Amino acid sequence: MGELISRLRNGLFRENPTFAQVLGLCPTLAVTTSAVNGLGMGFATTAVLVGSNVVISVLRRIIPDQIRIPAFIVVIAGFVTIVQFLMAAYAPELDRALGIFIPLIVVNCIILGRAEAFASKNGVLSSLFDGIGMGIGFTGALVLIGSIRELLGSGSLFGIRVMPSGYDPLLIMIMPPGGFLTLGFLLGGVNWYRRWALMRSREGLVEAGAEARRLEAQTCCERCEVCSVLRPEDDGR
Amino acid sequence: MNLLSILFASIFVNNIILSLFLGCCPFLGVSSRIMSARGMGFAVVFVMVMASAITWVVYHAILVPLGFRYLYTLSFILVIAALVQLVEMVLKKVNPPLYKALGIFLPLITTNCAVLGIAVINMNRNYGFLESVTNAFGASLGFFLALYLMAGIRERLDLSETMPAFMRGLPIALVTASLMALAFMGFVGIM
Repeated sequence: MGELISRLRNGLFRENPTFAQVLGLCPTLAVTTSAVNGLGMGFATTAVLVGSNVVISVLRRIIPDQIRIPAFIVVIAGFVTIVQFLMAAYAPELDRALGIFIPLIVVNCIILGRAEAFASKNGVLSSLFDGIGMGIGFTGALVLIGSIRELLGSGSLFGIRVMPSGYDPLLIMIMPPGGFLTLGFLLGGVNWYRRWALMRSREGLVEAGAEARRLEAQTCCERCEVCSVLRPEDDGR
Repeated sequence: MNLLSILFASIFVNNIILSLFLGCCPFLGVSSRIMSARGMGFAVVFVMVMASAITWVVYHAILVPLGFRYLYTLSFILVIAALVQLVEMVLKKVNPPLYKALGIFLPLITTNCAVLGIAVINMNRNYGFLESVTNAFGASLGFFLALYLMAGIRERLDLSETMPAFMRGLPIALVTASLMALAFMGFVGIM
């Protein structure tokens, strides 16, 4: 139980896939035109993440190291196909709204990243909890972004009108520029909070400088565990 | 629809990054320097055109006749991963200078949703072979264009001394991307 809570906390806050690791940006930006779409995409990704984490963890001693990435991709693609059919059968409206981004879960770097960084090195139960934690962290981020965009862009929340009738919706928020804008300011807010929290601690002043430099150099590719672009010395490719 | 309008639409109107949101990770990850943006751009053009051609053949010559249409996600991603590995090995042997320039960007492309995304879009729209390749070529040029513009802007943004520290790096890059997407929305009126 303690393990579950610590993995959940890790996924929701400390290593949140969107706000701390900045991974999987394409679905984060594309499907968050409403809170419901964000929730659906989050659940679909969570299902794939939990399934692939468990299977890869079970098979971690069988999969040869040299071909682990293609093997992971096959497992992930299998789960994505299952989720695709389930959604087409039981949630056809959501299926239409998310469209091409459901098959694209297969290239979401959060899933491959967790397979590579966690599930291939840890036991089945921790991998299961890790998948749940990361999935909930991702879902939470999508719902937050979706809520902000839906509230400002169509004046409603989960399809229910909340803004007063005099409110003129900012249509731009549910169009592509609104996605970039919302995530940009949210990430800025997260950075601001981190610096503030560091500054508050007595010995944090030195660390705050290092943190600021790290944030300046931060790119989402750098935090991704999958490929070797920014760490060419890591593996032989 | 003629090929020219497909090409134009996929470069500007439905820009793969700024309007379809495919390939956002490399767009933000590799856009801090113009030199690396150029290398990544060429690598994407190369791989995306080849991958679209091959996935079209796989879909229409293998999956449809055998009735395995539902396996497209699995087979497309495997074909793309194998293709990227193959391109990497061939380039290393045949053209070392080009490999040096593009090589480090190739593994990144396997997990780039833009390549798989364009293959799936071509399939959904029932494009023929030439239309698929044209669409992929246009989309990759659009990717190159957006990446290159972004890298140019970010190199200059780095020189700013008045920008608040918490907005530096990714946050301001996303806000910049938002303004670029706004500008690209103007192309919708042309079509």
